[in-house]
Amino acid sequence: MTKVKASKVIFMKSAIVLSAATLLLAACSKGGDKSAAAPADAIEVKIGHVAPLTGPIAHLGKDNENGARLALEEINKAGLTIDGKKVVLTLVPEDDAEDPKTATQVAQKLVDAKVAGVVGHLNSGTSIPASRIYSDAGITQVSPSATNPDYTKQGFKTTYRLVATDAQQGPALANYVANTLKAKTVAIIDDSTQYGKGLADEFEKTVKAAGMKVVTREASNNKATDFKAILTKIKGSKPDVIMYGGMDATGGPLTKQAAELGIKAKIVGGDGMCTEKLAELAGEAVVNVTCSEAGMALSKMAQGADFQRRYKERFNSEVQIYAPFTYDAVYVLVDSMKRSNSTDPAKILAAMPDTNMQGLVGNIAFDNKGDMKEGVITLYDFKDKKKTVLDVIKM
Amino acid sequence: MLKSLCANRLSRTAYLWLGFIALVLLPWVAGAAGGNYWVRVIDFALLYIVLALGLNVVVGFAGLLDLGYIAFYALGAYSFALLASPHLPTQFASIAAALPEGMHFSPWMVAVFSIILAALFGLILGLPTLQLRGDYLAIVTLGFGEIIRIFMNNLDRPMNLTNGPKGISGIDPIQLFGVSFAKPLDLGFIQIPGLYLVFYLFLLLAIAVAIVCLHLQDSRIGRAWIAIREDEIAAKAMGINTRNMKLLAFAIGASFAGVAGVLFSAFQGFVSPESFTLWESIVVLAMVVLGGIGHIPGVILGAVLLAVFPEVLRGIAQPVQQFLFGHVIVDVEIIRQLIYGLALILIMLYRPGGIWQKRGGGR
Amino acid sequence: MDILLQQIINGLVLGSIYALIALGYTMVYGVLGIINFAHGEVLMIGAMVSLSLLRVILNLTSDLPGWLTLLIVLPVTMAVCAGLSYWIERIAYRPLRNAPRLAPLISAIGMSILLQTIAMMIWSRNPMTYPQLLPSTPIDLFGSGASITGKEIVIIVVALAVMAGLLFLVEKTKLGRAMRATAEQTQIAALMGVNPNRVISITFMLGGALAGLAGVMIASNYGNVHFYMGFIPGLKAFTAAVLGGIGNLQGAMLGGLLLGLIESLGAGYIGELTGGVFGSNYQDIFAFLVLILVLVLRPTGLLGEKVSDRA
Repeated sequence: MTKVKASKVIFMKSAIVLSAATLLLAACSKGGDKSAAAPADAIEVKIGHVAPLTGPIAHLGKDNENGARLALEEINKAGLTIDGKKVVLTLVPEDDAEDPKTATQVAQKLVDAKVAGVVGHLNSGTSIPASRIYSDAGITQVSPSATNPDYTKQGFKTTYRLVATDAQQGPALANYVANTLKAKTVAIIDDSTQYGKGLADEFEKTVKAAGMKVVTREASNNKATDFKAILTKIKGSKPDVIMYGGMDATGGPLTKQAAELGIKAKIVGGDGMCTEKLAELAGEAVVNVTCSEAGMALSKMAQGADFQRRYKERFNSEVQIYAPFTYDAVYVLVDSMKRSNSTDPAKILAAMPDTNMQGLVGNIAFDNKGDMKEGVITLYDFKDKKKTVLDVIKM
Repeated sequence: MLKSLCANRLSRTAYLWLGFIALVLLPWVAGAAGGNYWVRVIDFALLYIVLALGLNVVVGFAGLLDLGYIAFYALGAYSFALLASPHLPTQFASIAAALPEGMHFSPWMVAVFSIILAALFGLILGLPTLQLRGDYLAIVTLGFGEIIRIFMNNLDRPMNLTNGPKGISGIDPIQLFGVSFAKPLDLGFIQIPGLYLVFYLFLLLAIAVAIVCLHLQDSRIGRAWIAIREDEIAAKAMGINTRNMKLLAFAIGASFAGVAGVLFSAFQGFVSPESFTLWESIVVLAMVVLGGIGHIPGVILGAVLLAVFPEVLRGIAQPVQQFLFGHVIVDVEIIRQLIYGLALILIMLYRPGGIWQKRGGGR
Repeated sequence: MDILLQQIINGLVLGSIYALIALGYTMVYGVLGIINFAHGEVLMIGAMVSLSLLRVILNLTSDLPGWLTLLIVLPVTMAVCAGLSYWIERIAYRPLRNAPRLAPLISAIGMSILLQTIAMMIWSRNPMTYPQLLPSTPIDLFGSGASITGKEIVIIVVALAVMAGLLFLVEKTKLGRAMRATAEQTQIAALMGVNPNRVISITFMLGGALAGLAGVMIASNYGNVHFYMGFIPGLKAFTAAVLGGIGNLQGAMLGGLLLGLIESLGAGYIGELTGGVFGSNYQDIFAFLVLILVLVLRPTGLLGEKVSDRA
């Protein structure tokens, strides 16, 4: 047998193995996907939800899913009728593990499952790659928490979000630093991720425009533990304020180590850092921190307390951050369904630009890119080592 | 005896035809059974086959443990991303002026370019490490892989070359003779979805790479590699130029990954440094080791199994746990990593040649 | 000037941590000739185990002074790590002593992954806070503007003490002689009445205990732990061991301190040195660059020992 034939035989053997395996496994996994059948006279409409359900922020991903589920169950209970037919909503939850590649794969999965719309993803780093797939399929994507401005700048008609963007969060922080803290010099550190760098860049733009001096711009990574070298360098430049673009897992230790070095500057950060856990991770030094969230604070929402109560009853845990936003996202999709009087994804998409409704987060209306017309940034500080609302800024 | 020979040849031909038809029909079968999602999975599986075969040249044939192999994949991917997306024209006005229609180099040109580029970097990695033994080589190659990834992640200052952690999107899809693989191909009597076209293309690439590997294996170069792997000093004594052979292994292995990278970039339309982590290098290594180190069919099997396995796990791990325990006790991700770790140890202890090892016991 | 001094102090503290881990690597390498890839993971398990123990104790009583609580937890942690190391050697390395040289390496990688996964299962993937039991208020140094905290002084002292202790062990005790004999000529040592397997096991256990100690020190210094915390320090400590001369205890210490200084000063000054082209975001690759340079230019390391080209 010639070499070419030998290789062909090898290949054919593997091909057969591959086909058999794929068939068997695909059939198995498809079989496992059975959702609850809708009653005979009703039509079932699927709504997808994607967030990291595994990994370091799995608790936030689950929180998002819970919010969506709560909305879905309430709508089903109240009964939904579109175009004369009874509609039962089903949630199709998926896990993107905070990974861009997985995000595109589960996006494809949802498109194949013929969902009417998608609530997700949680991170900017996953929402952006997945958005291409949703756009190609013409399926509305409403992100409850992606703050990177690029998400809606791609020219897709399907990208929407319910939070303010880093292009608003950065300036909000910068204005606080300029006007309230009256700082003249700023040092900026980011964690070299899409989110952290993006936020730091926006902050830097506004800071420079306001006439403040950026004494140094440093970068770390999202797995770093030792910031002493960077902080020592910053200490030498004596800034009034240090801004950190990154998550609480690194922002906390950074705050702590700054205090250990005797740095007196205040520390500001974005929503990645703005968690309850920060107080734990930063220790005593957390009182130096002010941070922002790209949305309305739960405590300031008109229906906030009621939502918290219902959430706790249903899931037996506290709201983390973005559950109210996924809750609203589901209502936004259903609102589009009602106004277009259809469950067809194309018609839902067409009705999205005219959205004008009251949600938990306030008035929901979109500009021509899919961003919120009335974005809100909330500032928090940690005066008694607990996260408390400092100010609410309407952008 | 003549009769049995004839009977043998007949069944072999039938075997071949069966296999050929199975491969041609595979995308349709997968698509029907599990939707586009599964077609994507087998498309990626084919890319992994190419990667595994490439790493097999370095680790399996020449016995050089490379833990930074994914860096060459990254180089190929970013080459195409930079040469076929709106990124560079947006960042540099001079480029936008020189190329008013944007950068749209064809994947084939870029593939040739990335073969050369990856091979060059393979040499850059190989040259300082020629004298190193196994453990040191492993860590240095690991470092090399990390260095490449960190550069990709940070080369957006002072000039924005790679767009850092945001990655590069808007990459041109694969094109062949004017046919774009992003859209279905209308042949009149049948419509072939883009994903299926991609499958056939990747399949051709994988077959081509496998054929090259088979030729290498049975050539003087291949035998030289095996000699170096078994006993380098004896190989030198036999007159083999171990230096050049090792460099050749690195270069050839790297070039396979480079080509695969270009196609990956075009297929996904988006690249970011997160796709090229140490874990990915380890996954490809696991494919080679578990499948059958140094044994081409074994490596292919390993690649297929490990490419498909996480998806299967994703599909069954949660429902099974729900059914048995009422809620999910262990994450899918954790189970996957657990199995990887255990498998690597167990295979080394009990079946070091891999699942499908060379006849005559594996080494 | 005070910034330079501060960076040097940072470097020495960081370096002491690397040195502590490197000592474990170098001991095992000296006796067995392999790099224990899973060493960093033993460190992480040590930190996790000590965290669980601390939680139990602090739940029962918070009246004990911080350092005493730590002192109680430390021996238990080190014993657990020693035991873990023993089993790692027995399961993943001993059966492969005569296998082709790739096998123990791959097995070690598998063990590293396995340990990380076990940690994920027991302690979850989220980073967890570690109780601050050692003083962490900055102490001003001679009015120079630089400062150091109590816990950092502890780390430097512990690293030096461990090195001194190991040197004494290796040079002056019977066990040490047995270790050196096994390292140089395993078969002849066996002929002379040394039990190589026993010596190797003890060496591993000792290395494991040191890793556990290092884990507790790191956790105490930075105040948090997570399942990935051992991998990168492990790699960097390996670099430090190679830099100083692998198999050489003083080399491990020297290499560790040097690497810490290179990283600190590098991260602090690279921006100025390169005019802003490279910044502190490249901090992580210093260790790898150092490794490559050392292996290319002076493979025996600074204090030189064998880096034999065994097939």
